[in-house]
Amino acid sequence: MAARQKQARQPAEGRNLPFLYARFDADALRGALRKMHLIRQFEEGAEDSYMRGLIHGTMHLSIGQEASAVGICLGLSDEDQITSTHRGHGHSIAKGADVSRMFAEFFGKTTGYCRGRGGSMHIADVSKGNLGANGIVGGGIPIAVGAALTAKKLGTGKVVVCFFGDGANNEGAFHEALNMASIWKLPVVFVCENNGYGMSTSVARATAVANIADRAAAYAMPGVIVDGNSVGEVAEAADAAIARARRGEGPTLIECKTYRYRGHSKSDRNRYRTKEEIEEWMNERDPIRRFEAELVEFGIVDRAGIDAIRDSVRAEIAEAIAFAKESPAPEIANLERYVYTEPA
Amino acid sequence: MMDAATAVRELSYAQAIQEAMALAMEADERVFLMGEDIGVYGGAFQVTGDLVERFGTDRVMDTPISELGGAGVAVGAAVTGLRPIFEFQFSDFAALAMEQIVNQAAKMRYMLGGAVSVPVVMRFPAGSGTGAAAQHSQSLEAWLGHVPGLKVIQPATPHDAKGMLLAAIEDPDPVMIFEHKLLYKMKGAVPEGRYTVPIGKAEVRRQGRDLTIVATSIMVHKSLEAAQMLAAEGIDVEVIDLRTVRPMDRETVIASVCKTSRLMCVYEAVKTLGIGAEVSAMVAESEAFDFLDAPIVRLGGAETPIPYNPDLEKATVPQVGDIVAAARALVTGAR
Repeated sequence: MAARQKQARQPAEGRNLPFLYARFDADALRGALRKMHLIRQFEEGAEDSYMRGLIHGTMHLSIGQEASAVGICLGLSDEDQITSTHRGHGHSIAKGADVSRMFAEFFGKTTGYCRGRGGSMHIADVSKGNLGANGIVGGGIPIAVGAALTAKKLGTGKVVVCFFGDGANNEGAFHEALNMASIWKLPVVFVCENNGYGMSTSVARATAVANIADRAAAYAMPGVIVDGNSVGEVAEAADAAIARARRGEGPTLIECKTYRYRGHSKSDRNRYRTKEEIEEWMNERDPIRRFEAELVEFGIVDRAGIDAIRDSVRAEIAEAIAFAKESPAPEIANLERYVYTEPA
Repeated sequence: MMDAATAVRELSYAQAIQEAMALAMEADERVFLMGEDIGVYGGAFQVTGDLVERFGTDRVMDTPISELGGAGVAVGAAVTGLRPIFEFQFSDFAALAMEQIVNQAAKMRYMLGGAVSVPVVMRFPAGSGTGAAAQHSQSLEAWLGHVPGLKVIQPATPHDAKGMLLAAIEDPDPVMIFEHKLLYKMKGAVPEGRYTVPIGKAEVRRQGRDLTIVATSIMVHKSLEAAQMLAAEGIDVEVIDLRTVRPMDRETVIASVCKTSRLMCVYEAVKTLGIGAEVSAMVAESEAFDFLDAPIVRLGGAETPIPYNPDLEKATVPQVGDIVAAARALVTGAR
């Protein structure tokens, strides 16, 4: 399936509104913009804390990819579930995680989502349906299918969204899991965030097909390509896929074409792509600026409103970092806790 | 651990496992089976047998030949509230699924700070003796025993196979069961109804004064046979069935060695870097060290893949004669 044609812009009160503006009210749309800012500023804050030596290890930033996380999760309830990736901060926030507990986890504190055991690569918030980021490329894909099997067997009506990157589409787990999801018609939506590179290796060099979504044909499911930097396009594709899943018709593979501004991880010297390429994405296709311009155009928010959103996010991030810094560290004596379930 | 006074019958090891799965599925809607050809085929070793007729294809699910994906689906189902029992057709195929077993199932609870548990059971038909050669005959329990977060068990009798599987199904953490293929047809007394045999407890199968043999799985039976032969020579062997590889029962082993002053480990897996090394070190590090009258002996598999030729295959793993000879040498000092 080719990329959807963008519909002509209409005034907010007119008919034939683009999907996003017909489906969601102004509060929801402003909320989506706020989440995008929250993701962006969270990651900038994490990066800054890393530079200052407050966070150790490494992290994988999704700056530039906010539209896919937010656009997909707009159509999910708290009961719906996701599996995420090593580049998963955005998914976590889009699914409703509290940035204070995320920062606390990055700082290795007991108040963190994983009580300091997981860090950036294992952020999870099961209460909001986030079954966890994953340090193994493709590791979460069969797990998402298992969660969808549970939803089908128990008849919960839940849908599971499985996020992964372009690199994962060459893992065996991807192929095995998509096949099983299809033969069993499970309520799962596979969302490939194709940011052009698996670490340093471009999709063109690593993948035999031109589009990841082309793989869907092999597993008899719809494959949809969207502009991953357009909240509207992402949300529209997600809506159709989620509805199909809820109807019991099985999975969909959505490919969000996007770009990460930062390197793969903190060790990246950016030797495999040009400055011009990065700047073109940042200057011409930034998902947040594009969404802001759309919202202004549709009269959902004005510039002052955008400034207010950005300021409130800034305050939330500052508070979250302070909370993380002040939180207690885990006790060494509890090192082995959570390896096994303790007897009740 | 039995619910009520129940009749005891003779069942094969495979029947005992099947009965445990049937009881668990009857009692708990969340329990279901996944695996390759476990439905109408009945499983490569007929362990699931006709269960699909009783429980249907939704609860006795044939999977594609996708060990990695299938294991991952089982993990995902377990994390979200079901109780899957995943059958590997051969334990060797664990190699195809190590990512999901080691990086996901074993670590998820810890990585998430206790926010989830992973109540999945994985069954592994293991061991040599079937002429299936190098890729269908291994004993890989020590691989998984090395991973914190997993529990690894090796029941040696039909009674324990049923009771330990039922314990595994109700365990909140991932439990890996290694079932020796040559035991599947072995018969033994199995009580009717539901009972559990605790994970993490070894069993003294034979009391003795002169030597402790710590054996696993099929080697328990070979060691008991050897012990009987040695008794005729006046050598009194104590045989411990380790039953659980992780967490290992220190107390039972150490108490026995303190009594007998000699230790031999008998296991089918490749000798080096395995369960014998762990049991030996456990004893050497303990108070039992001071009681030792002789060096510890490990009797394990040869440092080779399992060969096809039946004589070569037999020579690869300890046989009763090997156990008798090694035990005699150890007790009499004739080495």
